[in-house]
Amino acid sequence: MFAYLVRRILYAIPILIGVNLLTFVLFFVVNTPDDMARLQLGVKHVTPEAIARWKVEHGYDKPLLLNRAAEGGAQFTDTIFFRHSAAMFAFEFGKGDDGRDIGNEIRTRMGPSLAIALPVFLIGLAVNISFALLMVFFRSSYLDLGGVVGCVVLMSISGLFYIIAGQYFIAKLWNLLPISGFGDGLDAWKFVVLPVLVGVVSGIGSGARWYRTIFLEEIGKDYVRTARAKGLGEGRVLFRHVLKNGLIPILTGAVVVLPLLFMGSLITESFFGIPGLGSYTIDAIQAQDFAVVRAMVFLGAVLYIVGLILTDLSYAWADPRVRLQ
Amino acid sequence: MMDIQPVILWTDALVFALLASVLALVAFIRRHEHLRAPWGEVARRPMAMGAALVLAVFVVIGLMDSLHYRERLPDSPPDRPQYSVDVLSAFDALVGTLRTQQEKTYSAPLAMQLYAKEFVERDGRTVREYPRLKYGGAHLANEAARGPDIARRVLLGIVQGLAVALLLFGLAAAWQARRSQRVYGEWLADFGAGRLGWPGRTVAAVLTLIAIAIAVLVHLAAGYHVLGTDKVGQDVLYISLKSIRTGLVIGTLTTLVTLPLAIVLGIAAGYFRGWVDDVIQYVYTVLNSIPGVLLIAAAVLIVQVYIESNPALFDTAAARADIRLLALCLIMGVTSWTGLARLLRGESLKLRTLDYVQAARAFGVSHARILARHIFPNVFHLVLIAIVLDFSGLVLAEAVLSYVGVGVDPSMYSWGNMINGARLELAREPVVWWQLAAAFAFMFALVLSANLFADSVRDAFDPRMGGRR
Repeated sequence: MFAYLVRRILYAIPILIGVNLLTFVLFFVVNTPDDMARLQLGVKHVTPEAIARWKVEHGYDKPLLLNRAAEGGAQFTDTIFFRHSAAMFAFEFGKGDDGRDIGNEIRTRMGPSLAIALPVFLIGLAVNISFALLMVFFRSSYLDLGGVVGCVVLMSISGLFYIIAGQYFIAKLWNLLPISGFGDGLDAWKFVVLPVLVGVVSGIGSGARWYRTIFLEEIGKDYVRTARAKGLGEGRVLFRHVLKNGLIPILTGAVVVLPLLFMGSLITESFFGIPGLGSYTIDAIQAQDFAVVRAMVFLGAVLYIVGLILTDLSYAWADPRVRLQ
Repeated sequence: MMDIQPVILWTDALVFALLASVLALVAFIRRHEHLRAPWGEVARRPMAMGAALVLAVFVVIGLMDSLHYRERLPDSPPDRPQYSVDVLSAFDALVGTLRTQQEKTYSAPLAMQLYAKEFVERDGRTVREYPRLKYGGAHLANEAARGPDIARRVLLGIVQGLAVALLLFGLAAAWQARRSQRVYGEWLADFGAGRLGWPGRTVAAVLTLIAIAIAVLVHLAAGYHVLGTDKVGQDVLYISLKSIRTGLVIGTLTTLVTLPLAIVLGIAAGYFRGWVDDVIQYVYTVLNSIPGVLLIAAAVLIVQVYIESNPALFDTAAARADIRLLALCLIMGVTSWTGLARLLRGESLKLRTLDYVQAARAFGVSHARILARHIFPNVFHLVLIAIVLDFSGLVLAEAVLSYVGVGVDPSMYSWGNMINGARLELAREPVVWWQLAAAFAFMFALVLSANLFADSVRDAFDPRMGGRR
């Protein structure tokens, strides 16, 4: 088990290097620092001096890979690649265009992101599983058919619609909750309710339908027939046997996204004015703040790989047939 | 008759190439019984056929909107013609005045007045009132005449739509009866009882509804802005219809990029295993571990920098927007092939151990031939299911990406841009809701019919679904 874990973590390193190289190529080779400077300063009236100044300010005035002007080891360390890409492995993200430390921002913004993403995830999981079980319980009836059609209809509605409609009706027209914003400590609850509600509702369509197929697949298996043959009632079969076994693929599927919850949701956070990582990212994209985008790409990749490792562990935990070696 | 210069944008060329290959595929499938059977299964489902007809309407509009041209400037000399910078399409020519009848600013659906009060000169005095629209309801004498006029147009549209549908139905019925060598009445009886072997009643009902909707819209649009006007006074119905092409292009061309990558890499990884598998798995884990939106955002920002620093390459704004659309499709394709590739890898891993593949290997059949003859045809249903299932997700993704600011060009008609431009207007008093409602409704219609169609295709092609749905 421990050896497996160590091996998986070692295996993650080449992947992170790949991500790092890819972002380096995208942000510095395809797009030279000069291009970035020109985009930031306005394409039309830009002097070479202004570009040079911008590059010095952001630390992009070094050579990309090899600094021939420097001495010894500094030939490799005093470069853009080492300063801005390799440094990420030490979680040193540098400063954004607004001059603030990116690592610091990430730490303070994780909380609000989690305050939205975690309830959406947990409540959504519970709601979707309940709906799916309900449909499976009444399978091949009009209730089931109606449920499936309802799911397809819910899936076909743009996520933006849920947010805009929720904000308009619940917050603006009926004045039940604030439209957007965030508070300190426990005062934040009233700002959290609406985004969570919207998040859960917008996920029902695809989630419930997906879990329904998993349960249906499970219900066709032999052990279910055995359970019925023993004379168990449909409710017992469903809740004691099918639910338990069906949860294995559901849980392991959910574990992958668990670490990514830290990143928050771009759209939800930006619409509801939540000061989390999602809105941070979206602001960075819109302001073309490459340093922040790069940092978020790296952070997302790290969290994704953590999710993959957790998935394997949860498999072994939930399904005794799986052994990690 | 004004001279025109055809313009072939990049996406136009690809759209028509795609159309040609789909038609070739259809011809191929028609000639092979085992390929035709699952499609017959799809065609027997009322839901699938209804959805397919709605999709067909979208596709026809999208294709017409892909035939681009530029008009010759009327005052340019005939020997050295100059062309307008506006790139129009066959669809623009068809809807005619819808594009040109521009009001001053917002107006509600079917209104005859602007949405906000303005100071107007009247009888030498300035009064503050709702000014009349230039085009919408301009033929009416007063507000009281509006209701009856709209009712008259709607009724006329319904009657005409019904008449057209009935005529078409009569002709189709006669043709069908003749083809199956039956008496007309007998065929009608089968049709009424739903015994045709294909969902005749659903098709007839959906076609009738489409005919009525088109007729009503044509009559209403001749005198009003059916869905109101936007901030600069442009007809919202026109913008919504123009956005169809953008949605379709993103939904289809992205898949076109995805397919070669997913098929080649997925099958190669599963079939060859060993170091090939390791490399391909490494590549897709790296791509997968970057959050999709961020990778798209990074790539789109880069394309933007490229376009901004090379303005000379694009002669019209439409060409620039088109390149950005194409780039978006490419980027979304490059980021989204991993799911299908993983699926195909797993399937090929299973297939390569099967007896007939082993036998082919023992006979010395080359790898290329085994892949083409034995592996690919047996994973094709997965590819097809992925195409139809991905389509709706891509259409929805466009709206989100446009909101983030990394979607299509802001000057391009798209539902994402419509939503983005209108979402702050909900804070106005009175509320400007029609632009959002139109964008969401059109998107919903396209995505819902795509989803319903995709479900039927999956049920028909996926052997695991056998009989259960």
